[in-house]
Amino acid sequence: MGGLARALTTPLFPDDILGTVNPMWSRRTPQARVVRTVRETADTTTLYLRPGTPFAEHRAGQYVGLGLRVDGVLHWRTYSLTSRPGDPLLAVAVTAVPGGLVSERLAHGTPAGTVLRIAPAAGEFVLPEPTPEKLLFVTAGSGITPVMGMLRTLDPAGVVLVHSDRTADDVVFGPELRAMRGLQYVEHHSATRGRLTPALLDELVPDRAARTTWACGPAGLLDAVTEAWPDVRVERFAPKRVAHTAGTGGRITLATSGIVADAAPDTPVLTAAEAAGALMPSGCRMGICHTCVGKLQAGAVRDLQTGELIDSADQPGRPVRTCVNAPAGDITLAL
Amino acid sequence: MLRRAPARPAAGPPVSAAAHLTPAQVDALGAELDAIRAEVEASRGERDARYIHAVIRTQRGLEFGGRALLLFSKFPPAWIAGTAALSVAKILENMELGHNILHGQWDWMRDPKIHSTTWDWDHVDPAEFWKRSHNFEHHTFTNVRGKDRDLGYTIMRITPEQEWKPADLIQPLTNLGLSLIFEYGIAMYDVETDKIRSGEKTWAEAKPQIATTLRKIGKQAAKDYVLFPLLSGPSAVSTLVANLTANTVRNVWSHAVIFCGHFPDGTETFDEDRLEGETQGEWYIRQMLGSANLTGSKAMHIMTGNLSHQIEHHLFPDLPSNRYAEIAPKVRDICRRYGLPYNAGPLPTQYAKVWKKIIRLAFPGGHERYGAPTAPRATVARLRDRVRKTPARIAA
Repeated sequence: MGGLARALTTPLFPDDILGTVNPMWSRRTPQARVVRTVRETADTTTLYLRPGTPFAEHRAGQYVGLGLRVDGVLHWRTYSLTSRPGDPLLAVAVTAVPGGLVSERLAHGTPAGTVLRIAPAAGEFVLPEPTPEKLLFVTAGSGITPVMGMLRTLDPAGVVLVHSDRTADDVVFGPELRAMRGLQYVEHHSATRGRLTPALLDELVPDRAARTTWACGPAGLLDAVTEAWPDVRVERFAPKRVAHTAGTGGRITLATSGIVADAAPDTPVLTAAEAAGALMPSGCRMGICHTCVGKLQAGAVRDLQTGELIDSADQPGRPVRTCVNAPAGDITLAL
Repeated sequence: MLRRAPARPAAGPPVSAAAHLTPAQVDALGAELDAIRAEVEASRGERDARYIHAVIRTQRGLEFGGRALLLFSKFPPAWIAGTAALSVAKILENMELGHNILHGQWDWMRDPKIHSTTWDWDHVDPAEFWKRSHNFEHHTFTNVRGKDRDLGYTIMRITPEQEWKPADLIQPLTNLGLSLIFEYGIAMYDVETDKIRSGEKTWAEAKPQIATTLRKIGKQAAKDYVLFPLLSGPSAVSTLVANLTANTVRNVWSHAVIFCGHFPDGTETFDEDRLEGETQGEWYIRQMLGSANLTGSKAMHIMTGNLSHQIEHHLFPDLPSNRYAEIAPKVRDICRRYGLPYNAGPLPTQYAKVWKKIIRLAFPGGHERYGAPTAPRATVARLRDRVRKTPARIAA
C-alpha cells in the first residue's frame, strides 16, 4: 500500500502531499501547534504545544528542538521540556534573550495557532532509575526549566532546590515552586545578596555532601560548582568556551553538497555553513547531542570548548561536532 | 536586364557587441551588477518564502486535482480540464520549481524540503546529473563554443562557427523531434552519449549513470502510463493519452522557452580563449550577450519558470526567480548606459527566429546572417563616445 502510494506520488512522498494539505499531518517534517501561551515573567513565556503526529515520550529533564521561520529562514533552537512525560500537551518555557533572533519571537511574538517544526526530545540531563534518595538541584535563571520538568514528574518530598535569580519577580514558576509540597525550596536573590557560590551553597544546604547534585544555569555558576564538586551533573544552555583557543578560521568545503563557506576564527563550522545556505544536521548546538557530526576529510579544526586541535592528518575521517568546532585553516567535511 | 544583388560590404573581423567598452568600464559594470546581487541577497525574506510555498501548493493542487479529474477521463470535459491542469502542473514543476530549486535559489531558507541538495523533480533526468551539466557546465561556460555543450546540445549546428556536416541537413527534423521528447533528450544528453562514442567517457563510467536514468524513466512511466491509467478503470486508455499529452505539452513548452533563451538572433557565442583571465565584469557581459529574454505577462513569466528573464537568470543563477522581474529594469538600464544590447521579444517572434536560424544553419555557411557581428569601426567608436557621455555613475 505504502509502495503504491509512493509510486503514485513519485518523485514526492505521500507525506509531502499530506504536509501540503495540512502541515500538521506530516511525519517526515513533524510540526506542533502552539495551543496556548502563559506569560511567566516579564521575559519568559510558556508555550503549550500539540504535536501534529505521534511524539515519542520524553524523559523529564530532556529538551526538544523547535524550528521557527524568521524572515523566510528556518531557525532551530532547543528548549527544556517543563511538562511531564505523557502530558497531553508539551510545554517549554522560552526566555527572550535580548537581541535573540528566535527567542524574542518565541517568547513575545508567537500567538496561539502558530505552527512550529519540532524535533524529537533528546538530552542526557535526566534522572537515573531508580531516582537517587537525596537530591539537590542548584539552578539559576532559566536553568530552572529542565529541573521544573523533573520536579513536576517525581515526588519532590525531601528534594532540595536552591534557585538563584535577580529578584523574586524574575523567578520563572516562582509561585508554583514556593507552594510545592514537600520540596525544600531556597530562593536566592542575586540583586541583593550576590551570586551563588559553592561556599554559599554549603552554608544553605548543610547536608550538601550527602546529596547527589544536579545543576543548571549560567556558565559562571556551572564552572564554579564543577570545579568545587567534580561529581555534580550539569546541563549547559550555551557551549562552554575556552578563551584564546579559537581556530584561525578558514574555508569550509562540504564534500557532499559542494557548498563552500568561509568561517571567522571563532565561528563554529555549523554556523558558517548554515549562513552559506547548507542544510546541516543540528541539534542542541552546544556540543552535547552529537546530531551535527560530520567526518573531517581534510584540514584541522579546533574544539571551541576544550581548545583541542583535531587534525585529519592524525585522525583521518574523525567525526567532529560542527557546532563547537571552528576551522583551523581550510577544511573538508563529509557532509 | 539582369540585375545582380548589390555587393555586401566587405565583412571585417568579428567584433563583440561589447567591443567599445574599456577595461575600467567593464569593471564598473561588474560593480553595478554586484551591487544588484547584494541588494537582493540582503532583502530576501518572508515575502519570498511565501511566494515559493504558494507556488508549491498551487502546483500540487493542480497536479492532484488534474489527476483526480482524469480518473473520469472518458468524459470529454474531465479529459480536457484534467489534461490542462496536469500540463500546467508539470510545466510549473519542471520550471518554476525544479529548475530553480535545483539551482539553489531557495537554499537560503534552510528548509530541508525546498533545497537544491534534497529536491527531486518529475523529469526523467535524475536531478544529480542535471545539476552537474546545467549548473556547472552550462552556467559557467555559457555560449563558449567547445565548452558549453548546450550550444546545439551536441546534435545541432546552432551557430555558423560550428563546422557544417552533411548530417546537419536534417536538423530541422531533429529539433522538431527533440521538442516532442525534450525530457528524454535532456536525460540522454546528460548521460553524454557523444562522449561515450568519442571514447572520452568509458562504459564503466557510463553504465551506473545509464542505470540510474533508466530507473528514473521507469518511475515516471509507471506512474503516468501504468498506475494512474489502471486506477482510472474504464477511463484507462483516455487517462494514458491524457498523461502522454501533458508530458508532451511540457516538453514542447520547455523546449521552446529554453531555445529562446540562448539561440535567437543577436545572442553571441564565444571562443574558448576568452575564458582565460576573464574578469567578473567580462563574465557578466558574456552572460548578457549570450542570453535573450521573453516579454509577456506575469502569468507568462511564471509559466516559463522566469526563464523569460534569461538575462537576469544568467547573471545571477542562484537568486530567487521571483526577483528577476524586479531587477530586470535595472539590468536593462545598465545595458542602455553601457551601450550593450538587451535582447528581448515576445515568445512567438523569438521562437520563429530560432526556427529560422536552425533551418538556415542546416545548410553550409550562414556567417553573413548569424555570424559574430562585424560592426564597422565607426559603430564601435560611436558607441564608445555615447558611453563616455552617459552621466556620472560609470565615470568612476
